[in-house]
Amino acid sequence: MNLIFEAGKYEIIVIGAGHAGCEAALAAARMGCPTLLVTMSVENIALMPCNPSVGGPAKAQLVREIDALGGEMGVNIDKSSIQMRMINTGKGPAVQALRAQADKHEYGREMIKTILGQPGLDLLMAEVVDIEAEEERVKAVVTRTGARYKCRAIVLTTGTYLKGRIIAGEVIFDGGPGNQFPSVRLSDSLRGMGIKLGRFKTGTPPRIDRKTIDFSRMEEQPGDDKPWRFSFISPPPQRQQLSCWLTHSTSETHRIVMENIERAPMFTGVIEGIGTRYCPSFEDKVVRFSHKPSHQLFVEPEGRDTDEMYVQGLNTSLPEDVQIRVLRSIPGLEHVHMIRTGYAIEYDYVIPTQARPTLENKVIAGLFTAGQINGTSGYEEAAAQGLIAGINAALTVQDRAPFMLKRSEAYIGVMIDDLVTKQGNEPYRVLTSRAEYRLLLRQDNADLRLTEMGRAIGLVDDYRWGIFKEKKTLLEKGTHYLQSTTFTSADKEMDCYLASIASAPLRDRTSLWELLRRPEIRVKDLIDCGWFNAEDENVISQIQIQCKYEGYIKKQRDQVLRFEKLESKQIPEDFDYGRVYSLSNEASQKLKEIRPLSIGHASRIAGVTPSDINILLIYMQKRRK
Amino acid sequence: MGEDLIAALSTPPGEGGIGIIRTSGSGVIERISQIFSPAKSGRLADKNGFTLTLGWITDKDGSKIDKVLIGIMRGPHSYTGEDVVEINCHGGSMPVRRCLQRCLDLGLRLAEPGEFTKRAFLNGRLDLSQAEAVIDVIRAKTDRGLHLAMQQLEGKSQFIEEIEDGLLHVNAMVDASLDFPEEVGDLDYDETRTNLVVILNRLDKLLAAGRRNEVFRDGVEVVICGKPNVGKSSLLNALLRQEKAIVTDTPGTTRDVVEDYINIRGIPVKIMDTAGIRVTEDFVEKMGVQKSREVMEKADLLIFMLDIAEGIDQEDMDIYNLVDPERVIVLVNKDDLEKKRISPLQLERLFAGVKVIRASIINEVGLEELEQAIEEKALSGAVPSDGLDIMVNLRQKDALERSREQVWHACQTMQQVPLDCFAIDIWGALETLGEINGKSLKEDVINRIFHEFCIGK
Repeated sequence: MNLIFEAGKYEIIVIGAGHAGCEAALAAARMGCPTLLVTMSVENIALMPCNPSVGGPAKAQLVREIDALGGEMGVNIDKSSIQMRMINTGKGPAVQALRAQADKHEYGREMIKTILGQPGLDLLMAEVVDIEAEEERVKAVVTRTGARYKCRAIVLTTGTYLKGRIIAGEVIFDGGPGNQFPSVRLSDSLRGMGIKLGRFKTGTPPRIDRKTIDFSRMEEQPGDDKPWRFSFISPPPQRQQLSCWLTHSTSETHRIVMENIERAPMFTGVIEGIGTRYCPSFEDKVVRFSHKPSHQLFVEPEGRDTDEMYVQGLNTSLPEDVQIRVLRSIPGLEHVHMIRTGYAIEYDYVIPTQARPTLENKVIAGLFTAGQINGTSGYEEAAAQGLIAGINAALTVQDRAPFMLKRSEAYIGVMIDDLVTKQGNEPYRVLTSRAEYRLLLRQDNADLRLTEMGRAIGLVDDYRWGIFKEKKTLLEKGTHYLQSTTFTSADKEMDCYLASIASAPLRDRTSLWELLRRPEIRVKDLIDCGWFNAEDENVISQIQIQCKYEGYIKKQRDQVLRFEKLESKQIPEDFDYGRVYSLSNEASQKLKEIRPLSIGHASRIAGVTPSDINILLIYMQKRRK
Repeated sequence: MGEDLIAALSTPPGEGGIGIIRTSGSGVIERISQIFSPAKSGRLADKNGFTLTLGWITDKDGSKIDKVLIGIMRGPHSYTGEDVVEINCHGGSMPVRRCLQRCLDLGLRLAEPGEFTKRAFLNGRLDLSQAEAVIDVIRAKTDRGLHLAMQQLEGKSQFIEEIEDGLLHVNAMVDASLDFPEEVGDLDYDETRTNLVVILNRLDKLLAAGRRNEVFRDGVEVVICGKPNVGKSSLLNALLRQEKAIVTDTPGTTRDVVEDYINIRGIPVKIMDTAGIRVTEDFVEKMGVQKSREVMEKADLLIFMLDIAEGIDQEDMDIYNLVDPERVIVLVNKDDLEKKRISPLQLERLFAGVKVIRASIINEVGLEELEQAIEEKALSGAVPSDGLDIMVNLRQKDALERSREQVWHACQTMQQVPLDCFAIDIWGALETLGEINGKSLKEDVINRIFHEFCIGK
């Protein structure tokens, strides 16, 4: 070890400047904590090492939630998108999801600008090799060059860099994504503190040269002709959108894969880490779904000022020569030039059940983990955790109450509860099907759900607050007006209108709100007829959703009430499970490990049975007497 | 858990080969050892679980009450999950009673009915469904009822699981289409509809089987009614095959409702004889008449009796008009007598569509036919159970019905509401079904999605 010198003192140090690290650092600094953001490479801040897109089902909801709380991702993708599409438009408001294609380089550049412009936040390029703790509380970090920075809390957001190992066929070397250096010594430092690590695997497809693609053999996928944006405060987009392209694999492609399958690391056993089911390698798909003659492949631009294109659906760790042959068997790619080879990466992650719902480690106080290091996948998942970890790191330093979101309040709540409760055996991705109450957790109402909380924390500035207050007022006024303005069959104008659209005539006194429940009538129609006045598109669509789905929303609210009965039964932090003899061994062990906050929380732990829950309930009842 | 110690006689009272006193509670082994004098050396409290020890239960003065065999089970490895001591006494009622008294002297209290099972549940030895099933087993009044209760104990879950499996599949299809629109595409509505219909049928069958088998658990109430002296008490007695109701030739001597349980083809039947319903000045009898009417209104089934020698008069018809023809069996008694004043034609005219049986109770003629009629009536309305031999208790029935309602609503609104709303009903149905066995299902849905679709970019 080189000589160590005292380099400075911060309240919070964030290690890693990917999507989690950026949110954590910005949140902490914005909440008034002197913060240091340490990255191994300033050029790679907010890097998108895999797909060039943000959003999609469940992920869009996360981005909107981050935005509503005062995070950065929504604003940043709005600045740097090259295409926006609304997915699932025909399937209902709960699952409609915005997806943006990002200009990767612009995304990073915009984030660097924001970070450098943030008062109270210092940026440092260094590799952290050691975390120092005293009496199970973090104290300082040490860099490879011997600089020691003291701090009161650390947010660890190192992504897939921990002991990263890159694999492409027979070629294997230590490294992080995008051929960066792996972070080796930090992993050992964590182990030394008693933190349990696991090993996961993920992968990325090859990148190809736009100039060598025959787009005439592919189907064009243009962006929507609407001014979509993620952030509730972004201005409407101005720039021209770029298209993506759809093609598919052929029987020839599958033949090439099968012919070389014994060279695939997945099958030779070279890869030990567990991969994801929702992001399988292409060779995995060919083997497991051998009855499918073809798989969809999307060719997506990586930016405005580059010819690199991403081949969505072709993530692979086959040897480089096989990858080239696979590519050239695909319609439109017959003469393609491959710029970057696809690869699989294995990395260490911190088993997330060691964290509290604030993302603070249960053993080492002041140590927060967020992002891929917690065994998740996806930029959005990382950013959301980063934000929550940053917020809670600042709150602990400021001696304020922790911030946690419930499963019924946000996808962020669903995700973190899943992470700290369930022992997942694959990288975690957020899905709408993980949420019990997805009709309440819509992307369109994220601001209504969370802005007030963000304001209370101190992350929502006056500008955002003003926009929110105005929207909320308009919404309340509009709803009240619609509910209190009524018509009868005596109103000739209404009678004529209903007849003209073949809608049933009024029998009793009916409010506009009730009329709006009819499938054939939209808010826009009421405005056109002069019965209602509203200009803000967001307000109009919000009213429309709240009215049309009122019945189902109520159903979900009732479900939440039932659900929260058990959530509100809190278990004291120091609860001694050892004294409850009748618990099963497995349950007792899991409960001791996870230390659930409530009975509801406990019931979601794998291995804890309904009768264990009954026992806990009864035991606690007795203890209270 | 369970600070207080409980004791109960767990074999039927009365003379028997042995009598068992069961006790439970933390520390009960130590406590019982205070009144136990072992045949060989060594303290009872030092014995391992699942051992038997021979010795004597001793009285306050140290004298021996009874020679007993004591079984020890140490918590949590016992039925209740607590320490359990079972005292096998000699079967005479005196030794058992005195041993039980000694337990109570030690500060144990008499257990409430079902309390051992309740403790087993509270201590996690049984889950709710199992505990409920045990209660049904204990309460079973007939072999058939016991058989059904045992079925429940051994896991009706397979039926629930079939339904759950179907719903999980639909839910996975829906969620896959929502979470992976590009890979999975739109939901196949035709297939989904077919699946939901299958699920609805299964739920209906389960509920129907439950309704049918409820009869075997809860039994039916059968009331015998008719003018005085038509032979109501004789019938009751013939059915009971024992003397209980007072049999007399003076009209109106059966003053109150006399009841007992009998087992008719596995159905526990609570059978009641009413005082004769007729206009009377007698105050005591008037009371009886009033009570009879109440009982008749409550009854599941009525046996309306006529006397073939007496004919049918207005008084008979006044009584008959009080009863619901859907629930009645007409029994024409004394068919053995020469003097017949009721003609078949008359019966057909007055009781069209009603089951009529001609019988001679004193000769035990027609009883077989009557029992068959009772069975048919008791089970009528209940759909044949298709071999679904299961018991569904109230709580489970409630959950099944709520689950069915949501599946039904989903079928009704399919393609009229967006997919995410449709999914709310499917998820609701699954969640409600999960109440029966207390399962948490979210992870299952996700596993399904990945099992059934090629997903991933």
